[in-house]
Amino acid sequence: MSDFLGGLINLDLMARYGPRFLDGVLVTLQLVGISFILGGLLAVPVALARLSKSSVLRTLAYSYVYFFRGTPLLAQVFLVYYGAGQLRDAFEAVGLWTFFRDAWFCALLTFTLNTAAYQAEILRGGIQAVPGGQNEAAFALGLPRWLAFVKVVLPQALVTALRPLGNELILMIKASAIVSLITIYDVMGVTRLAFSRSFDFQVYLWAAALYLILVEGVRRLWAVAERRLTRHLKPA
Amino acid sequence: MTYYLDLLSFGPDGWGDELAQGALITIALAVLTLPFGLMLGLFVALGQRSGSRIARNVAVVFTTVFRGLPELLTLFIVYYGGQLLLQKLASAVGYTAQIQVNSFLAGFVALGLVLAAFSSEVWVGALNAIPNGQREAARALGLSARLSFRLVVLPQLVRVALPGLGNNWLVLLKDTSLVSTIALADLMRQTNIAVGSTKEPLFFYFVACLVYLFFSMLSGGALGWLEARTSRGQVRRPA
Repeated sequence: MSDFLGGLINLDLMARYGPRFLDGVLVTLQLVGISFILGGLLAVPVALARLSKSSVLRTLAYSYVYFFRGTPLLAQVFLVYYGAGQLRDAFEAVGLWTFFRDAWFCALLTFTLNTAAYQAEILRGGIQAVPGGQNEAAFALGLPRWLAFVKVVLPQALVTALRPLGNELILMIKASAIVSLITIYDVMGVTRLAFSRSFDFQVYLWAAALYLILVEGVRRLWAVAERRLTRHLKPA
Repeated sequence: MTYYLDLLSFGPDGWGDELAQGALITIALAVLTLPFGLMLGLFVALGQRSGSRIARNVAVVFTTVFRGLPELLTLFIVYYGGQLLLQKLASAVGYTAQIQVNSFLAGFVALGLVLAAFSSEVWVGALNAIPNGQREAARALGLSARLSFRLVVLPQLVRVALPGLGNNWLVLLKDTSLVSTIALADLMRQTNIAVGSTKEPLFFYFVACLVYLFFSMLSGGALGWLEARTSRGQVRRPA
């Protein structure tokens, strides 16, 4: 068995880089997990601004969304990571340099801003799909505007948004591979390191298997969560 | 201000011409990849709906893999793996010189595979949206299976699939920036070079973003026109 495996998988290489690959998986999951949640929080005010009566707010939110959806994530990451270095004096003056000096935080910030733009559009669709009567009924019951939004509109909007949000999460996992280009050792970063030292092409195939497992795992987990969260909508 | 304008000027001191060349390569790569990826995607979609079990399985594996892998990883696998494969093939026939895979070609193949995987989902949805009666009617009129697909199904397919394919195009346009990592002199790489030599990352990456935005905007306009044109035969029903 080990002979057979040894023919397909370079076991020495696996012993040397296996643990690093696991670290890489953790880095990828952390980066994507944190930025996805922070982005989700930021997406709520952006989506509301997109739907606001004030044309100033609407234009600002639209420009934000258009910029982050219309440009490559790679360019955004470079803009923040390398651009921050140019603003070093300013950041030192306000005490933010330790944050921007770190590639990990730069990636986290860029990813959060990027996914917030996509999630805001998903959320906006969800909010618009909630019938206006829901809002009116909440007002008639005497709920203040913000409470009507938090308790009545938002939960229903999130149900509609659940599936596209799952797709966005998977796209983020895949897109996160580019942080390997700014010195972060995520799955892709570890892969590049292992390849540059061993010149053994199979590390790229390991990475492919890891990403497929990650993506498929998240997809299934999300499907379970979706079934559970929408079980009140199923006919008995 | 004039300092920054000088940075963008054409000629030996400015980076305007280099960036423009890069933008041209970006556009060329995206435009050439588009038909390849869309055609392959259509074949995969037809495979997914085919009666043959093997074809269905191949199509499902294809879409699962290329939708699940990071685009950057697909690109590296095609680039380095292709090099390895060619090297092995060449040494098998006794040719021993170093083989270098063209990075434009690697980008074309990798992005095309990704586009095929994503567009096949759009194609499948559109194929499902066309009533079977259309095909049957075409066959009843004596058109061959091939002709009824080309003359009856395909024109309707394009109209239904266009919004989804438009999104695929916008994603492709942004994904081309990844080829800068395998040394293709696209807009992103030229920007990297300009940053390396001028130490003006904020300015140049912002300019690059604006160029990508400009292409997105142009595409948006073109897609709107195309959608209007392909649905000009549709009767507008009163709401």
